[in-house]
Amino acid sequence: MPKDSGIGASSKRREDVRFLTGAGNYTDDINVNGQAYVHFLRSDIAHGTINKIDTSAAAAMPGVIKIFTAEDFAAVGGVPCGWQVTDKHGNPMQEPKHPVLAEGKVRYVGEMIAGVVAETAEQARDAAEAIELDIAELPAVVDMKAAVQDGAPKVHDDLPSNLCYDWGFVEENKGAVDEAIANAAHVTTLELVNNRLVANPMEPRVAIGDFARGTGDSTLYTTSQNPHVIRLLMGAFVLGIPEHKLRVIAPDVGGGFGTKIFHYAEEAFVTFAAKAINRAVKWTSSRSEAFISDAHGRDHVTKIDLALDADNNFTAIRTETYANMGAYLSTFAPSVPTWLHGTLMAGNYKTPVIYVNVKAVFTNTVPVDAYRGAGRPEATYQLERLIDKAARELGVDPIALRRQNFVTEFPYETPVAVAYDTGDYNATMDTLEQIADLSGFEARLAESKAKGKLRGLGVNCYIEACGIAPSNLVGQLGARAGLYESATVRVNATGGLVVMTGSHSHGQGHETAFPQVIAEMIGIDESMVEIVHGDTANTPMGMGTYGSRSLAVGGSAMVRATEKIINKTKKIAAHLLEAAEADIELKDGQFSVAGTDKSVAWGDVTLAAYVPHNYPLEDIEPGLEETAFYDPSNFTYPAGAYACEVEVDPDTGKVTIERFSAADDFGNVVNPMIVSGQVHGGIAQGVGQALLEGVVYDENGQLLSASYMDYAMPRADDLPFYAVDHSNGTPCTHNPLGVKGCGEAGAIGSPPAVVNAVVDALQRNGSNVTHIDMPLSPSRVWDAMNS
Amino acid sequence: MYAFEFEKPATIADAVAALGGEEAQALGGGQTLIPTLKQRLAQPGTLVSLKGIPEMAGICVADDGALAVGGATTHATVAASTEYPGLAGLASHIGDPAVRNRGTIGGSLANNDPAACYPAAALGSGATIKTNTREIAADDYFQGMFTTALEDGEIITEVRFPVPEVSNYQKFVQPASRFALVGVFVAKYADGVRVAVTGASEDGVFRWSEAEAALSANFAPEAIEGLSVDADGMIGDIHGSKAYRAHLVGVMTKRAVAAAS
Repeated sequence: MPKDSGIGASSKRREDVRFLTGAGNYTDDINVNGQAYVHFLRSDIAHGTINKIDTSAAAAMPGVIKIFTAEDFAAVGGVPCGWQVTDKHGNPMQEPKHPVLAEGKVRYVGEMIAGVVAETAEQARDAAEAIELDIAELPAVVDMKAAVQDGAPKVHDDLPSNLCYDWGFVEENKGAVDEAIANAAHVTTLELVNNRLVANPMEPRVAIGDFARGTGDSTLYTTSQNPHVIRLLMGAFVLGIPEHKLRVIAPDVGGGFGTKIFHYAEEAFVTFAAKAINRAVKWTSSRSEAFISDAHGRDHVTKIDLALDADNNFTAIRTETYANMGAYLSTFAPSVPTWLHGTLMAGNYKTPVIYVNVKAVFTNTVPVDAYRGAGRPEATYQLERLIDKAARELGVDPIALRRQNFVTEFPYETPVAVAYDTGDYNATMDTLEQIADLSGFEARLAESKAKGKLRGLGVNCYIEACGIAPSNLVGQLGARAGLYESATVRVNATGGLVVMTGSHSHGQGHETAFPQVIAEMIGIDESMVEIVHGDTANTPMGMGTYGSRSLAVGGSAMVRATEKIINKTKKIAAHLLEAAEADIELKDGQFSVAGTDKSVAWGDVTLAAYVPHNYPLEDIEPGLEETAFYDPSNFTYPAGAYACEVEVDPDTGKVTIERFSAADDFGNVVNPMIVSGQVHGGIAQGVGQALLEGVVYDENGQLLSASYMDYAMPRADDLPFYAVDHSNGTPCTHNPLGVKGCGEAGAIGSPPAVVNAVVDALQRNGSNVTHIDMPLSPSRVWDAMNS
Repeated sequence: MYAFEFEKPATIADAVAALGGEEAQALGGGQTLIPTLKQRLAQPGTLVSLKGIPEMAGICVADDGALAVGGATTHATVAASTEYPGLAGLASHIGDPAVRNRGTIGGSLANNDPAACYPAAALGSGATIKTNTREIAADDYFQGMFTTALEDGEIITEVRFPVPEVSNYQKFVQPASRFALVGVFVAKYADGVRVAVTGASEDGVFRWSEAEAALSANFAPEAIEGLSVDADGMIGDIHGSKAYRAHLVGVMTKRAVAAAS
């Protein structure tokens, strides 16, 4: 029986009322009195030496207030990197300075050279065009393998090479892995590319810097997934503003997908410039600018080997990946191909030994960082494509091969340093077989054949590590931040609650789902709980939203704070009811004395806390407000099985998705409708990666896919209706809600299903194609069919 | 965009006069020009809107049975028309509803984007492009990518389409822009079949004469078997090679013949 409120109810998303009626408050909706506008002059050259920047003519243009170049930022720091990876020799990664404005050289198309601040945005743009630049173009490096060859042009002259790090994981296992592969009954090898993507949130980035001369306080309004992180990074590392003099506000944010996690130079610029000119400074990215300034995602080139014994048991996995960092290290870039990727290489399978090598490379391209899934999609894609290829080589059923090698006993220590707490991979596969109607595939295959279409079925599993993350563990791995979450629960006198959270909602529905948890705990109506987020001035220090962590970590902090509230209200209730605290029960918003008919309502207790006339003042303080910080003891491990059926048009290579099914184990689910929505959106992005999206640079570092004319985003008619199921999760064992996180799953689990299905369709038609690199555009599929 | 003056004349004569001004440029539905202005890739002194001229809007059947479409007629209006189903079908798949309700046939033909749909219909129908000064046969009008027979300041006032016995347009879309990667318009007239291809060639829209001859003899998809266009001269880019486009010309032609009604 579906519930109609509290945990498990598909409560309607309350925030959608304002989003759908145009009443949202996005950063670009904010205008500060007297604000000026900045236009950034960006490099249209991928690599070059700046000989001269002449701003004299531009400075004389109408409305120009001040033009900033690197000289103006000489006294401030570079944009910091938040994660230090140690290479396989024990040395720290190469970490070049990332200046706010280009210093001496430009290193990618889109890098900011100057910021023109003027009375209007158009005047700023006009003046930017009048800046005279003398840049001596240098040869660019775009291809990662070419970039690490001897003699390759260096992105950073002061570094030994373009290699950021050469990471081995687990380095001590390398010999055992090589030996297992050498002695294997069968080895399957696959080389593949995980295509570079642009996140493309609906709302482009915006930043407004403001400075109050009277108090010396700076404020940054920005499109961020984690305002406290921006405050810490920008205040401490770039501008030298202590946190108590810097407020960061991230109001309604129209999608993040990872690319709004990072601290960007534009944010530091507007904050710095506002103080310099004593006026607010606003920047709104155009969509064209977003393509060349938002951190890109993915971009791995990988070779992977799977060793199997004579009984088709997996015996070893070895993978070598080149990971593109772009021209500078974005905030979490080094962690993505290493700790968020290598630790997931066991997948859902019990493979005894695994070795992961990752070479991170600087190129003359936009910085690359986390994008929905971040490292885990790359791990899943290569592993699940590889298993599919192995099954075909061995002539065994791909599902059976997977089932045979599933981890079935929990907790399970993988050979790549993580411990899965719980899961049931056979159960999700059973569910998938049912909701995908795999038994009906042959009939559908025949129908497609009758239409002249090639039908294929692709199945895969995935596992991810979410609920990021235990702070002491990530500290050992190089994180320069903790990854706890916080919540302050404030109960008002009349019983309503305001919950201030460090999590940030930019599409996830926190304002609906979080109250469901708290209302359930107290037994009150969800409408009595309001969520406040996105402002460092009125929320406790929190780490923000990414890595499917908000409910697992932020929700857990909320539970802990609410437990403190409940404990205190029970004391008050015991006093009011003249009973022992141990006998007080809270149910449906009523405190009662066990075994009696004596009770007092939630609202009477909360009122007593603020009007403490009859109150145990000698034992407890008045008021009802509690804060909790929650630091998880482990990651959570959502997992699932996905199936995709495609039709391929043999005449054109065009792939259409006919069916898509997803069986997920997210642990407990608070709002099934929101969870389904997250899966739907994730699959749309995963299908986008598999069939449509892909960044293309030419050999000179010019971005060819620089607009929607050439960068294909998934549209509604590219996608089928989905069958999704997440009804039988195995609860996480180590957080109070038993939840695992659902935000990234769809984007992680879906690309291999699509590619597996297309390869299946071609092979059923007699083709010997074993792999096609994403995106599987019609021309690529046709080329593969006809090669 | 840069600042510009704006005029919206009510007659063709006034529009022609306005376009005589320095750095004046005609504005149809603006579906190409406005984005270009926003990117600051054009800097006209004056934009002269052609959307307020009643004599340039709308559709009628001429005395000779041809379909006369005013130059300022939107794609949506053409899509809703019934006299020439092949043309209406083509118009109904240009862009999205917003584009179809702003964009005009005159604007599309004057721009002559090599991946636009309308040039295939005009050339495939042997249409006549009427301007404020003359009539231009479609065979003479299209002169390569973004190049036409129009003189500076010349306005497309009407496009006159002979209505074929049967016709069809098949578009294989470029995945990102959804413009034609290859689009083929096939029209069967009493005196022969015309086949016009858009999206594919470095020279813009062209007639596939070999297919026209084969289909004039036998209007059936099988007539195309064994025929191919030369991959040299086709567009090759990140969305498809020259060979892929050449292949698609054959596929789309067959499908257009099969679907022609």
